[in-house]
Amino acid sequence: MAQVEAAPGIMTTADGQPLKLSLQRALRRSKIRAMLLVAPLFLFILVTFLLPILDMTFRSVENQLVSEILHRSVPLLQQWDEKTGDLPPEDVFQAMVEDFKEGRENRTIGRVGTRLNYEVAGMSSLFRSTARKARRIKEGPYTDALIKANKRWGDVETWRLIKRESGTITLSYYLAAVDLRFGSDGSVQAQPENRQIYVKLFVRTLWLSTLITALCLVLGYPISYLLATLPTRTSNMLMILVLLPFWTSLLVRTTSWIVLLQQEGVINDLLVWVGIIADDARIRMIHNQAGTIIAMTHILLPFMVLPLYSVMKTIPPSYMRAAMSLGANPFTAFMRVYVPNTVAGIGAGGILVFIIAIGYYITPALVGGTSGTLISNFIAYHMQVSLNWGLAGALGAILLAIVLILYLLYDKIVGIDNMKLG
Amino acid sequence: MKDVLKYSSFAFAGAAAFGLAATTALAETDLVVVSWGGAYSASQQKAYHEPYMAKNPGIRILNDDSSSEGLAKLRAQTEAGNVTWDLVDMVASDAIVACDEGLALEYDPDELLAAAPDGTPASQDFVEGSLMDCFIPQIVYSTTFGYRTDAFEGDQPSSIKDIFDIEKFPGKRSLEKKPIGNLEWALLADGVPVDNIYDVLSTPEGVDRAFAKLDTIKDHTIWWVKGAVPTQHLADGEAVIASAYNGRLFAAIEEEKQPIAMMWEWQVFDLDGWVIPKGGKNIEEVKKLVYFATDTQRLADQAKYISYGPTRKSSAPLVGKHAELGIDMAPHMPTDPKNAAKTLLFNYEWWADHRAELDERFQAWLAQ
Repeated sequence: MAQVEAAPGIMTTADGQPLKLSLQRALRRSKIRAMLLVAPLFLFILVTFLLPILDMTFRSVENQLVSEILHRSVPLLQQWDEKTGDLPPEDVFQAMVEDFKEGRENRTIGRVGTRLNYEVAGMSSLFRSTARKARRIKEGPYTDALIKANKRWGDVETWRLIKRESGTITLSYYLAAVDLRFGSDGSVQAQPENRQIYVKLFVRTLWLSTLITALCLVLGYPISYLLATLPTRTSNMLMILVLLPFWTSLLVRTTSWIVLLQQEGVINDLLVWVGIIADDARIRMIHNQAGTIIAMTHILLPFMVLPLYSVMKTIPPSYMRAAMSLGANPFTAFMRVYVPNTVAGIGAGGILVFIIAIGYYITPALVGGTSGTLISNFIAYHMQVSLNWGLAGALGAILLAIVLILYLLYDKIVGIDNMKLG
Repeated sequence: MKDVLKYSSFAFAGAAAFGLAATTALAETDLVVVSWGGAYSASQQKAYHEPYMAKNPGIRILNDDSSSEGLAKLRAQTEAGNVTWDLVDMVASDAIVACDEGLALEYDPDELLAAAPDGTPASQDFVEGSLMDCFIPQIVYSTTFGYRTDAFEGDQPSSIKDIFDIEKFPGKRSLEKKPIGNLEWALLADGVPVDNIYDVLSTPEGVDRAFAKLDTIKDHTIWWVKGAVPTQHLADGEAVIASAYNGRLFAAIEEEKQPIAMMWEWQVFDLDGWVIPKGGKNIEEVKKLVYFATDTQRLADQAKYISYGPTRKSSAPLVGKHAELGIDMAPHMPTDPKNAAKTLLFNYEWWADHRAELDERFQAWLAQ
């Protein structure tokens, strides 16, 4: 007992340093080394992946433009009560004319017009034409002069819109992304029915991605099984058949599907020639949903086959034999022994195909026609054509949220640890 | 550690040598010119860039085929404060957006552009309405109709009404998947006089009327997005009538000898031209290039390589024969009087206002 008390509670190394401390130091050094090794990759992902996502998400709510460029009139507008139905007072008009002169000078006023045109059609030309005329307005009364320049300045709605969109943060993009909008009284209401598209597209994208994942699984499972069980020489041969299209350009594969499936295409010609269908009843297999499903299933198949194959390769054939020797028939042995062993591959392949499918856009754009386009086609459209990056950001953020939710659900139900890519 | 130092000093020396090479190369100016690629860029290369570089040995023109994403990329470059492009080829509607967004340089036509050989100032020489704040017009192209000559017995389609007449001219149509153009055609086929088109379209009833007319052929229509597709549809027999860019139809008919003919009635004119990015690094040099590339002779020269019409009136008489096929190009120009009896020019301002709204409506209509 006395001995224990005499011994110092701390163990030391040969040079008298406490062991714990020197161990920590050694660990820290190796940790830093490990972090330095990972640093390039981390920086790369940060710059090319995380920052752009953050930037686009920021754009989906960011709205400084209006208050920044109309910096004289917007503060004055805040004191105006938009509910009375009266036009703003003269000083707002005067400030607006000056904002226009300055905005015309440094070429910024057009951006406000474009921004407001996302909300109400006609704002773009209102701002463009007013900018041209505003420099000739030298003296008041500014209210009359501005209304003379364009009669829409005499409409209370125009001013309500400017006031509503003058905050630094806006929800308009998210509303637009789910087919809603602000009414003139500021309440949230549905878009007119003939302009509702995005909700439908989200649903369609999710449904088609699920379907394509399921088709890939149904088609890919037997192929992978064959690859894993055949003798190496034959399976290598087959593997090349799987990989060859994988290495071929996406556009080439998509275009070949057009040649095969179109109404005057190879398959229809064959069916007519054999006499299965009449010449005037050729089947439409492309430029519709069917086209998207067929082409995308084909393109994404390798992403299912490869993880499945790598998992199946590790299952010893003796498992099945053992099951059958214990009395299971081949079907039971397959379902109860083999399939559970491949769950990791199914999970990996499924999630890979699904996530790639949900963001696909080139193939649907080429073969999807009108019923086979996906939400990503519209994100691309708003990025490249309409330049409405706010809406593109909102659509993208919603898509990202959906994927993350599904991922969490997957983790809850299947468990992400069960995923195996090889 | 020593090794590392040795290698890194090597790397430094290498980088320094590279930097030196770069600065000597800078003695000549590189101009990055962005265009559409393919036959179109080739025509610009032969008509403008090669002669210009031959005259100015210090200039090297680098082609970048990014015009289809021109607007988005130009905006990204401008926002990042690093504009690497010197000149961008754009359609007029995109140029208006670029101008509104403050991405493009405004210019004075008579100052920047050459006068016609007879002394007519540029502002008078270019086709009316083609010069815009930031847009330097280059060619007129049109979206018009092509049809298969073997598809119909007897009468061939000859008017816009025939395009919408499924009874008389049965078969699939291939139309561009956007409202621009299609709505105008629908109203014209429905009997609206051309001068009233945009007034009618400005009313909700007018838009409904246009969509109702499109409804009559919706089940018989396939939609294209990329310019090469409609002529392919015609060549494959997937469609019997297609709207397409006139240059693509020309190539299909004259170069590939497909059984296709053109229907010019109510061809929709569109303009394509240059825009000078605002933050470009060689603005003075690029202005000289633009002065040269848009003069009367150069615009006429381009028509030797591609069947798009020059935007200068003074260029029209100089249009000669196709450089390889040797056929007279004038009758194939959308601006030729025989083809241009009934033409429509987009109302760009109107579309700038209504594009977002009608695009959504059009997509919703397609999805119905």
